[in-house]
Amino acid sequence: MAIIEQIVELLVRAVMQGTPLLFGSTGEILTEKSGNLNLGIPGIMYIGAISGVIGGFFYQNYTSSYNMILAIIIPLLSSLAGSLLASLIYGFLTITLRANQNVTGLALTTFGVGLGNFFGGSLIKITKSDTPFLALSKISAAYRTTLPFANKLGLFGQLFFSYGFMVYLAVVIALIVSFVLKRTRVGLQLRAVGESPATADAAGVNVNKYKYFATCIGGMIAGLGGLYYILDYSKGIWANDAFGDRGWLAIAIVIFAIWRPNVSILGSYLFGGLYILFNYVSVSMNLLPLMQMLPYVVTIIVLVIVSMRKKRENLPPASLGTNYFREER
Amino acid sequence: MSETVSEKYALQLRNVTKAFGTKVIANKNVDLDVRYGEVLAILGENGSGKTTLMNMIAGIYHPDAGEIYVNGEKASINSPKDAFNYKIGMVHQHFKLVDLFTATENIILGINDGNKYDLAKAEEEVKNISGKYGFVINPKKKIYEMSVSEKQTVEIIKVLYRGADILILDEPTAVLTPQETDKLFDVIRNMRNDGKSILIITHKLHEVLAISDRVTVLRKGEHIATVDTAKTSEIELTEMMVGKRVSLNIGRSEPKDTCDRLIVSGMNMTNPDGVKVLKDISFTAKAGEILGIAGIAGSGQRELLEAIAGLRPLDSGNITYIDPSNSENVELRSKSPMQIRELGVRLSFVPEDRLGMGLVGNMDIIDNMMLRTYKKGLSVFVDRQPPRQLAEEIIESLEVVTPSAQTPVRRLSGGNVQKVLVGREIASAPSVLMVAYPVRGLDINSSYTIYNLLNAQKENGVAVIYVGEDLDVLLELCDRIIVLCAGAVSGILDGRTAKKEEVGLLMTKVKGVSENE
Amino acid sequence: MNKEIAASEKANAHSKSAPFITITKRDASSLKRNIVVRIIAIAAALVVSALLTLFITGENPIKLFSTVIEGAFGQFRIWGTAQSVAMLLGIALALTPAFKMKFWNTGGEGQVLIGALASALVMMTAGGLPHWLASILVILAGVLAGAIWGIIPAIFKAYWKTNETLFTLMMNYVAIQLIKYFLKVADGSGSSTVGPSLLLYGRLPVLFNQQYMLNIIVVAAMTIMMYIYLKISKHGYEISVVGESENTAKYIGINVKKVVIRTMALSGALCGLIGVLLVGATSYSIDPNLAGGNGFTAIMVSWLAKFNPIIMIFTTLLIVVLSRGAENVSMTLGLNKSFSDILTGIILFFIIGCEFFINYQIHFNIGKKRKEEAEDNGNN
Repeated sequence: MAIIEQIVELLVRAVMQGTPLLFGSTGEILTEKSGNLNLGIPGIMYIGAISGVIGGFFYQNYTSSYNMILAIIIPLLSSLAGSLLASLIYGFLTITLRANQNVTGLALTTFGVGLGNFFGGSLIKITKSDTPFLALSKISAAYRTTLPFANKLGLFGQLFFSYGFMVYLAVVIALIVSFVLKRTRVGLQLRAVGESPATADAAGVNVNKYKYFATCIGGMIAGLGGLYYILDYSKGIWANDAFGDRGWLAIAIVIFAIWRPNVSILGSYLFGGLYILFNYVSVSMNLLPLMQMLPYVVTIIVLVIVSMRKKRENLPPASLGTNYFREER
Repeated sequence: MSETVSEKYALQLRNVTKAFGTKVIANKNVDLDVRYGEVLAILGENGSGKTTLMNMIAGIYHPDAGEIYVNGEKASINSPKDAFNYKIGMVHQHFKLVDLFTATENIILGINDGNKYDLAKAEEEVKNISGKYGFVINPKKKIYEMSVSEKQTVEIIKVLYRGADILILDEPTAVLTPQETDKLFDVIRNMRNDGKSILIITHKLHEVLAISDRVTVLRKGEHIATVDTAKTSEIELTEMMVGKRVSLNIGRSEPKDTCDRLIVSGMNMTNPDGVKVLKDISFTAKAGEILGIAGIAGSGQRELLEAIAGLRPLDSGNITYIDPSNSENVELRSKSPMQIRELGVRLSFVPEDRLGMGLVGNMDIIDNMMLRTYKKGLSVFVDRQPPRQLAEEIIESLEVVTPSAQTPVRRLSGGNVQKVLVGREIASAPSVLMVAYPVRGLDINSSYTIYNLLNAQKENGVAVIYVGEDLDVLLELCDRIIVLCAGAVSGILDGRTAKKEEVGLLMTKVKGVSENE
Repeated sequence: MNKEIAASEKANAHSKSAPFITITKRDASSLKRNIVVRIIAIAAALVVSALLTLFITGENPIKLFSTVIEGAFGQFRIWGTAQSVAMLLGIALALTPAFKMKFWNTGGEGQVLIGALASALVMMTAGGLPHWLASILVILAGVLAGAIWGIIPAIFKAYWKTNETLFTLMMNYVAIQLIKYFLKVADGSGSSTVGPSLLLYGRLPVLFNQQYMLNIIVVAAMTIMMYIYLKISKHGYEISVVGESENTAKYIGINVKKVVIRTMALSGALCGLIGVLLVGATSYSIDPNLAGGNGFTAIMVSWLAKFNPIIMIFTTLLIVVLSRGAENVSMTLGLNKSFSDILTGIILFFIIGCEFFINYQIHFNIGKKRKEEAEDNGNN
């Protein structure tokens, strides 16, 4: 029985670790499907996190009343707004000004990580706290509220109902994105833009509009990953560089999931599980880094296998990384 | 000359002008009238402005001046989408399809009619259209699994699906076998009988006569005349197209001291898509003669030359080079271009794709001269002195118009690009010279420069292999002509006695076998 | 001719006349114009950065400016600046041949780190060897490790067209985790660095009593050699041809696979060399943050310089001076040190964006139309 409990706990923790990755990878898939390889996603996730934290901070510290709905809505909206602005920078530079995507993305990541840590640090200072971190306990409590009957259902409840709402939100968004890509007109046109923008353009699809929307919505989804990580997973505590390199891991999952958001649900939980597996298997702590290396190695293997098998449906979007300029066709 | 603007016409153009940059005027004051339910052929030589004009109707370009009227009303067409709204659709020469999508997905791409997205219903609709006009298509097949003619069918259905009443087809037959062309013409007739107006761009006269009701001739961007097909002839059309009757008068000397130089035997090739592109090809190229290769575009010409140049692997067969210095046989099969050169084989190749293969567009003339020779010597550094000299020589002797030898070749005009390329290939004193479509897109003067260069090479004892599309040129330039059809040799003719019809017949000889199958 | 074709940029559903804006590719932009555009962009970036800093700190701008200068060139800062320039420039140079070949090596960070790791291993274990031999091994190990880290993605790119941007990116994190593993194993204390007390052997010489001198000399030599390599060597020529057109490369018989692998070996090896310098000549310690993100920043440095090693000196200086200046600002004003990342980001955005105005021409048709109408009226 103890083993089963342990396994359930491992799974629960994997889901929680995997959720920021799921937001990030879903957002990146949506973006990449439009042909934009946004390497700024790690930065955007920081920005999404800090924007939400700032919103929450002001709500928690400068209003006397407390309303759970507002405690959720305010950080959520400010996170979305922050991610949107960051995505717009990337979009404007690469879509309108046709700048190199890799360079722009990396600059955005530098900017975003800096912005996150800077404002995080500044907020810590404002609170005049002695600890090097910031705690949004009330906000976090709202985000961590679970369904009331979760505890009554034993292990089953623990496995499926013990999470804050954003865990479910991540799954729902991934499924929606998956559905939109596969089964709707918008998805068809978006995929066309990513595969062959000149073709989409000739067919009357507004390529730039699709690229902007995919980049911005994708960025906003990814930003929620940062928000979840701070307000739910870290119990509202912001510390310097807290989010780590999860943004890059999210980009890895995009490849692992061969650009399918529904597969990315499993991929995210799997990678999340690998992140914390060391707690549950009796290996030396020394091996921890090697276990954390696994997701990247697995990703590389997937990337290699996909490119060797050359199944058209599994390859990256054909125009990924290149900008579209109508004159150049 | 042109009619008044009225709703009696499906489409009318008035004074349409379009310039690219300051130098190139693609269309100048063009008027055009298109009736309901007719096939109008747009005829003109390469560079006469046909495609640009059609692109303006289809919303790809915007005219600098002039008006477009649809059904007698002034139309503002700024994008392909606008064109669709006026029920105008264009099938481009280069298909614009998403490889990863099915036929139906491609057909409905870009349509936002407010109806629910229903792929199954769309597939049904595609089937209906196919049935109505006589297409054969599987709506669920993915584009990357399709043959060229299937792709073209998808393109045409795409336009019809959008309810287009005016269809523009840009050189639709260039990629088709004769049999497929016949099928296409049947479909076009069905569409015309359905009341649609079809504009078809072509420069094949017999097709113009076969399919069109009227012909519009463009020359150097200007509208020359529009005539009823029934009241005209090939000769009259040619005159209008080229301005005056031009006898080509390409000089051709009697070959002397010919001897075998390159022997190709039993050559078979399958391309990466698994299609058999060369079938048991055998021929001999002789020193001191020009060997022409004729055929419909895509009959294996490109693969043949690239195989000889060491760029594509063969399934079977031999390529034997006979060294002029010692008459020894050298086997070239399975050798890379570098190995071929190291064997002392002086093989030059002017590929069809000049800026994508023969030259590097962003490099200057000097660096392009160096492409073949940069590796010479043991030094780790390149020596730019010889290529600089060569560049200067070629610029002077071939009258290349360029600001300097340091100008990137992509900034030169087509004719000058070709002179640079041919000049370089000839400079290495080849014993075999292969040229693919060397005068495509060139003006008359540049073309003659190229013909003269080839003749000079022949007289120097080079074995010249000339792949061309213009039969008149082939018949006046070449000593012998090999005709390719669907990847196989369908005949070898004497260039001096062969009749044009004879070549044409051989090009389309293998009836019932599609090259794309 | 294609480049001149003026297509309407905006689909322009609203206006019923000619599109409002048309954008065309500039055929050739004069050098003077290019420089002016870039200077304007940098100036604009500085103004925005200054305003932002002003807004956050409320300091007077002159003082801010002098703090930046002090931070980059002050007596106690200048050597640090030189070291930063050398390391960033070194990595940028290392990445450049790959970029010229259109191989997006985003794995500079990992190639530096793996080189550093290999050197550190030798420095820890080469106790029994003479110092000179140990030093040579330190260098060789680092260079070789970097080369391997570059070759692996190159092989897959060459043979199976595996996406190199993503592959090299992932290799970074493999290297980082390997270093973390090394830290755990080498230093049982659980410390986050392995320091000078363990990395004892084969340290590279300190020249002229100046800790960073060796690095600066090595990178200066690298700059000149890379310039020569790309400009006049046969390898450099092959790299250009492969980068411009793979078809042409095949047509003239360049073995494209070989060039791709060889060039990435070079790129990785040089990154590895920077790793050697960081561990063996600078800090004698290793941690996952050793390269400090320079592997990524270098991508931008190289790209901004249009892959020209000489211009790269200036783009590196720009980035380093600004970030060290901003670092000083945040230090003296008690701001979080991440502030300099924000400013770096802003400046990069401006320079990246300004390329558009160098490569493309914008025509506002309204103005043109009015002019034409005016002329018409004049004629009538």
